[in-house]
Amino acid sequence: MDVLEIQNLKKSFGGKEVLCGVDLSVPEHSVFGFIGKNGSGKTTTMKAVLGLLRPDSGRISVMGEKVRFGQTETNRYIGYLPDVPEFYSYMTPIEYLTLCGEVGGLEKSDIAARSKELLELVGLGRERRRIKSFSRGMKQRLGIAQALLNRPRLLICDEPTSALDPAGRKEILDILLAAREQTTVLFSTHILSDVERICTEAAFLNNGKIAMQGTIAQLRSKRSSDGFIIETEHKAAADTLVKAFGDLQRTEQNALVFQGGEDRLYAVMRYIAENRMSVQRIERIEPTLESLFLEVTR
Amino acid sequence: MKPLTAFVKKECLETVRTGKLVILLMLFALFGIMNPAIAKLTPRLMEMMSDTIAESGLIVTDVQVDAMTSWTQFFKNIPIALIVFVLIFSDIFTKEYKSGTLLLVLTKGLSRYKVVLAKTLLLLLLWTLGYGLCFAVTYGYNAYFWDNGVADNLFFSAAVWWLFGIWVICLAVLFSSLLRNNTGVSLCTGGTVLLAYLLSMIPKVKGYSPAMLMDTNALLNGAEVPDAYMKAIVIAAVSGVVCIAVSIPVMNKKQL
Repeated sequence: MDVLEIQNLKKSFGGKEVLCGVDLSVPEHSVFGFIGKNGSGKTTTMKAVLGLLRPDSGRISVMGEKVRFGQTETNRYIGYLPDVPEFYSYMTPIEYLTLCGEVGGLEKSDIAARSKELLELVGLGRERRRIKSFSRGMKQRLGIAQALLNRPRLLICDEPTSALDPAGRKEILDILLAAREQTTVLFSTHILSDVERICTEAAFLNNGKIAMQGTIAQLRSKRSSDGFIIETEHKAAADTLVKAFGDLQRTEQNALVFQGGEDRLYAVMRYIAENRMSVQRIERIEPTLESLFLEVTR
Repeated sequence: MKPLTAFVKKECLETVRTGKLVILLMLFALFGIMNPAIAKLTPRLMEMMSDTIAESGLIVTDVQVDAMTSWTQFFKNIPIALIVFVLIFSDIFTKEYKSGTLLLVLTKGLSRYKVVLAKTLLLLLLWTLGYGLCFAVTYGYNAYFWDNGVADNLFFSAAVWWLFGIWVICLAVLFSSLLRNNTGVSLCTGGTVLLAYLLSMIPKVKGYSPAMLMDTNALLNGAEVPDAYMKAIVIAAVSGVVCIAVSIPVMNKKQL
């Protein structure tokens, strides 16, 4: 079943169309990477899902219920972590989670147990200071704790790792991976290594549209190959190849990269065999999300 | 009901921990002390200045002060306290829009109208508390030095002015739901009050303008009867409720 479904979502700000017909579906228990350049409309899409923005047109449903702007009952299914979460800085983490729990209608005993458990999970279990003294990473972790408090079916994180150092990023990714057992995770990012590390599915947003969506394996197989690397023993052989096949790119003295399918490869190999050139290696370039991203956003 | 009480509790905690409550109580206590103090000092000041005044041709005779002088001071000074009150709390909504703190509690399932209600409740409570303190302090000193009996309709006058404060707060809530920054909220609230004040200068309209509630002198010296204020009271109360009622749908449609 799809936890989140977006159909033909459109939104423009002051004449500039940010989203022009986004279609997206997030299956249950996936870790869904929502990839796009800065300013491509990731946050806008997420805010529309949360009912914080009024879409110009389109339909969003969470757990099969339609999202309505302003009156956001569907938010009871959702835990949300904004890119830079802002808390009431005069509260302690436990006070803040208690407020969130009471506002979300949880039972008192449940709030206490759940807050404790989640603060342990995000490594803030012993923190008694007020939030105003927290670092960015700590706020991000508290943000995840508050997002998970009401046992959401869908956890939405807006660029949770963008502003963090490598250690902080790893912590957040580990927490998200742990959260996967309880919920579906949708997170936006432009850091592709994060996606490759924890996501099961991903979608590319470009120019206000979903350019590509699928499981990570499916996305990779969209392009069977990016091309090939041929490394020759001698520089002279590389020179001859460049002359014979004009579109070869030289990355090193002896290394050549060419784009294209198998047929092109066989042609080059035939030429190498006929001219008895000594070759060190011929290697297929594995498609990476990055090359996919660059191709999609071109 | 539980989310509302939780949010009211949060608002109270905020007022206490950000130090606003202390500032407010000090302000109102200070104003409360100032009124009888000024009344008490008036004869001395007059005496000190009598020479200068005599030069200009006026002769200062024995200046009489009583509770009336102090109460006149009270109603003269309380507008300043109200202005400070509105300025201090003009960012109670806008701060949350700007910082994005509201985003998280709203996505937790808090209804937006409860935000409006909780904040309004807190403001009404604080105004009542501060105003009550100021009144009690002045009343206490006046009773000690003089006799509060000289002022006619004292409690009615005080209640009328309290209602005026409530009306202004309701306006501030409405503008807070409409606007995004606190300067705008202060200016628009002030502007509306000014408008009501200007309207109250037109004799025919005077009885209907909430600004009439500020004019308590006539009540105190018995020149006017409480009945004359009824229209203004009803209009202030109704328009106050309307302001809050309008704030709710406005808030519901606000893009955050």
